[in-house]
Amino acid sequence: MPETKPKDAPPAVDEGIERGIAGLTEERIRKAIRRVLSGETGARLKAYVDTCIHCGLCSEACHFFLSRDRDPAYAPVGKVKQTLWEMLRRDGRVGPEFIKQARIVASTHCNLCKRCAMYCPFGIDVAYLMLVVRRICHLLGVTPLYIQDTANSHAATLNQMWVKDDEWIDTLMWQEEEARGEIPDLRIPLEKEGADILYSVIGPEPKFQAQLIYQAAVILHVAGVDWTMPATPGWDNSDMAMFTGDNEIMGRLKRAHFETAARLRVNRIVMGECGHAFRSVYDVGNRWLGWSMPPIPIVHAIDFYHELLEEGRIRVARLFEEPVTLHDPCNVVRGGGLHEKARAVVRRTCAHFIEMEPNREHNYCCCAGGGVINCGPPYKKHRVESNRVKAEQIAAAKLKGAKIVITPCHNCHSGIEDIIHHYDLGVETRFLGDILYQVMEKP
Amino acid sequence: MNELYRLATGPLLWASFAVFVGGSLFRLLELFLLARRRERFLFTYLSLRYSLRSIGHWIVPFATVNWRRHPVLTIVTFAFHLSLLITPLFLLAHVVLWDEAWNVSWPALPDAWAIVLSLIVIAGCVFFFVRRRVTPEVAYVTSASDYVILGLTAAPFVTGVIAYYQWFDVRLFTLLHVVSGEALLVAVPFTRIRHMLFAPLTRAYMGSEFGAVRHARDW
Amino acid sequence: MTRSTDGPWDPAIVDLPLSPWRDRFLWVEEIQASPAGDAAAAVVRLGEEGFSVCVNGDPWPEPFEKIWHLRYAPDGRLVALASREGEWTVVVDGVPWENRFSFVWNPLFSRDGSRIAVAFQRDMAYGMAVDDVPWEETFPNLTCPLLRADGAATAAVVQTEPLSEGDIVKYREGIYTAAVDGRPWERRFMNVWGLACSADGGGRLAAEVRLSPTEYTIAVDGTPWGETFACVWTPLVHPVRGTVLAPVRREGSWWLAEDGRILWDRPFVQLWQPQVSPDGRHIAAVVAPAFGRWTVAVDGRPWKATAGEMASDPCFSPAGGRLAVRFKDHGRWTIAVDGRVWRQARQMVFTPVFSPDGGRLCVRFKEQGRFGYLLDDRPWELAAEAAWDPVFSPAGDRLLLRTVEGGLFRRRVLPLEDFGKV
Repeated sequence: MPETKPKDAPPAVDEGIERGIAGLTEERIRKAIRRVLSGETGARLKAYVDTCIHCGLCSEACHFFLSRDRDPAYAPVGKVKQTLWEMLRRDGRVGPEFIKQARIVASTHCNLCKRCAMYCPFGIDVAYLMLVVRRICHLLGVTPLYIQDTANSHAATLNQMWVKDDEWIDTLMWQEEEARGEIPDLRIPLEKEGADILYSVIGPEPKFQAQLIYQAAVILHVAGVDWTMPATPGWDNSDMAMFTGDNEIMGRLKRAHFETAARLRVNRIVMGECGHAFRSVYDVGNRWLGWSMPPIPIVHAIDFYHELLEEGRIRVARLFEEPVTLHDPCNVVRGGGLHEKARAVVRRTCAHFIEMEPNREHNYCCCAGGGVINCGPPYKKHRVESNRVKAEQIAAAKLKGAKIVITPCHNCHSGIEDIIHHYDLGVETRFLGDILYQVMEKP
Repeated sequence: MNELYRLATGPLLWASFAVFVGGSLFRLLELFLLARRRERFLFTYLSLRYSLRSIGHWIVPFATVNWRRHPVLTIVTFAFHLSLLITPLFLLAHVVLWDEAWNVSWPALPDAWAIVLSLIVIAGCVFFFVRRRVTPEVAYVTSASDYVILGLTAAPFVTGVIAYYQWFDVRLFTLLHVVSGEALLVAVPFTRIRHMLFAPLTRAYMGSEFGAVRHARDW
Repeated sequence: MTRSTDGPWDPAIVDLPLSPWRDRFLWVEEIQASPAGDAAAAVVRLGEEGFSVCVNGDPWPEPFEKIWHLRYAPDGRLVALASREGEWTVVVDGVPWENRFSFVWNPLFSRDGSRIAVAFQRDMAYGMAVDDVPWEETFPNLTCPLLRADGAATAAVVQTEPLSEGDIVKYREGIYTAAVDGRPWERRFMNVWGLACSADGGGRLAAEVRLSPTEYTIAVDGTPWGETFACVWTPLVHPVRGTVLAPVRREGSWWLAEDGRILWDRPFVQLWQPQVSPDGRHIAAVVAPAFGRWTVAVDGRPWKATAGEMASDPCFSPAGGRLAVRFKDHGRWTIAVDGRVWRQARQMVFTPVFSPDGGRLCVRFKEQGRFGYLLDDRPWELAAEAAWDPVFSPAGDRLLLRTVEGGLFRRRVLPLEDFGKV
């Protein structure tokens, strides 16, 4: 008989999960499972479970499976077997230990990257099924500590990083001041009603990467964009609640974001280089609220840079010289079709571009997305070891000369940095905005 | 034996057709109503163009990355499914039965062809059986029901071939052929063989989401 | 100035050139128009000495290191948030409050503009201040500041004790509540969000609260409703009945509840922004009657007309007989009034403004960066560089329009019949 548990699974001592299961009874578990399986899900779940013919063709789509020596427990369908199939087969009669394992599998063995949906002949969406499992675990209060703390921040402050209302504004003013050292009349216009564009970012930008706000301000200023940023909560487009299964908080965040843009009467929202936030505002959070598409168009940074370069609003002074390769983030490529635009931006800004293989919709995930990196240090070793294929992919690009990996997504950026470090790949990561800022003509 | 044969080719046959058609329609309707009741938003995203684009890629051998990655499996899968559908519909003996019962007929396959196709189905079942045993990621998710489905699928073809060549007791195997064929029909709505009903729908939905919303390929 | 005026509602055009400002200062930020249209102001950059506010061409006497959030209060006073020597305060008509803070933000005005409140942080302690008087008690954090319409009370969501990073246990036990004039409710909650209070004295304060990760309800003056829900949105205190209304989620649908009981007889895919008509007779809310379709429902009955992208900012006429809402469909904004959608649609339409008797409706719009107005679905393509919301005269027969056209700040009073002509 095949093993029922994945090999080398982390010895997850996770306070969030342990405390969560401590108070569980089988009755409560069954109730939560039934609530989700008979109340919150429907035709999709039924069709996916009934249609799956157990062929295993999804396996090779998964970077976990490929990186872990083809351990079947890491195949997409293997993860469904360990979680949802058992819940269905046992009609919800599973114990706290099962829930603990299901949470670990659904939250740390799957990035919800949806590559497997492209490899399943029937288009079964295993990412959706993993989200269903995460939802059940959320209702049971069983969530890894780090990402639960992040979701708590989202709930309390409407941003991911416990940034207080004044700290947000203060950071924008600080970056405006910094940028004035370079461009004396640069402004970050706050609360400008009727601006064309609302620029939105994720919580970690003001907290740890404020220079990204600086760079964006320079790009927007030089391009002559009529833009604004809010001085109220609702500025953060990110959403870890979507990944813990806390749909109610997800909806609250997305409502705050879109209503902030609506309050400021902007035509479009331009967002920084974040993948999961794009997913959250583009086709997940908005749908939970009843919006079939984003009520105010969301333009991802890749798309926006492309527009600025195509329209000649940003000109390139000199091409970026070091050879680059490009990582395709799942959420904006499989999730938003921005792969060709990303390449167009790279070709316009960089002298030497080397493709990673496979690429575009078929690129391997960074293994950080889907909330996995946000589950924190207890899972880091497992996470980087589970993406050997990405390391091999980058190493192959390096052999062809690439020195820089462009990663136009925050989670990818962090995930790939971890991989580069762990596998000692000797390359560096950059955001597309880093490159554009460096090569653009400035006054 | 004659009584049993009459029963199998008479009431049981019609009953199995009724269960197959009625059951399949019921399954589809059930799914449709479930979607309407709980996930009505799904209909918002269905796009005929992108549904067909996706289905089109997946029903053509080697038109998708994953089909190309598994050439042997792809050949076996397509040959198996095509033979599985063509053989019972175009077998001369079946066409004659339709003609006798309903006075409708259509061109039939030469018997030799039918035998070849049946052997392909049987070989396909053997291939899938072996694959379930030896490929770890498939073995890991294989349950008894998967073997039952394989057995149900193989049975009418194995018994049909035996009956055709009149090995063993021809009447017994003809009867077994009829009954196993009926069992397969009846099984469609009640086992995971209903992927034949649902797969176009799941593919259409994923194709629509990828094409119309996500502007990406799904093959 | 091109023409002089006798009274505030005499038809006239008064222009104020803005180009001298641009010559005089390094840069001029967004122009603000006074409610009466008699003044224009902007934050301006002076040079090394910092920033000032220029009003009708003249800067405030004292410069500041930094100025932001310049706004006119409803009574015409000009309010900004400004810093000097690293300390922040509120500046009213050029005069700073005596209190200094580490930071101030979110200025709020009472309905008549007579009172000004602001959120502050002083040495990492958070509170609110009204007319230069800070709360006595401060907190580790504060969100959702609110000033009652009559200006007599302030409220905010407060964190009552510090929380160290990753402490999910303490968070779960509850460290949030609402505070009125700095006095927190006794009970603590897992989360507290949108606050609502009655417009004037003797009223109640209601808040969205989360009792556990999956249980939400409304708390009124610190006491939660007996019923819990899967989710709730910001409540509203009924101005006549004194009850609390709130959208609540149950079994995947949204309902309107009053004091914990379901009020409307049907649920919606979405329901928010509830409004009560000024006469208290009707309740309206933005609803999605079907997935991806948006409109408003009045007393539980949705309009037939829907928009595919957004319905927002429902507003009743002053007497309460009519209702207008902003609609967005196919990327264009328009207005729907009493269930009928205007034919004119623009890239952006702003907040609709009813005449005092509710008979006329005017709204500002923006198209390709240029502003104009729509009066009862009739456009006036002014191609203004900037514009502010229209104001009806008390008699309702005239309009005050404030714009920037050809580099001039223009105050225009006109009879309604001249709309589009001058």
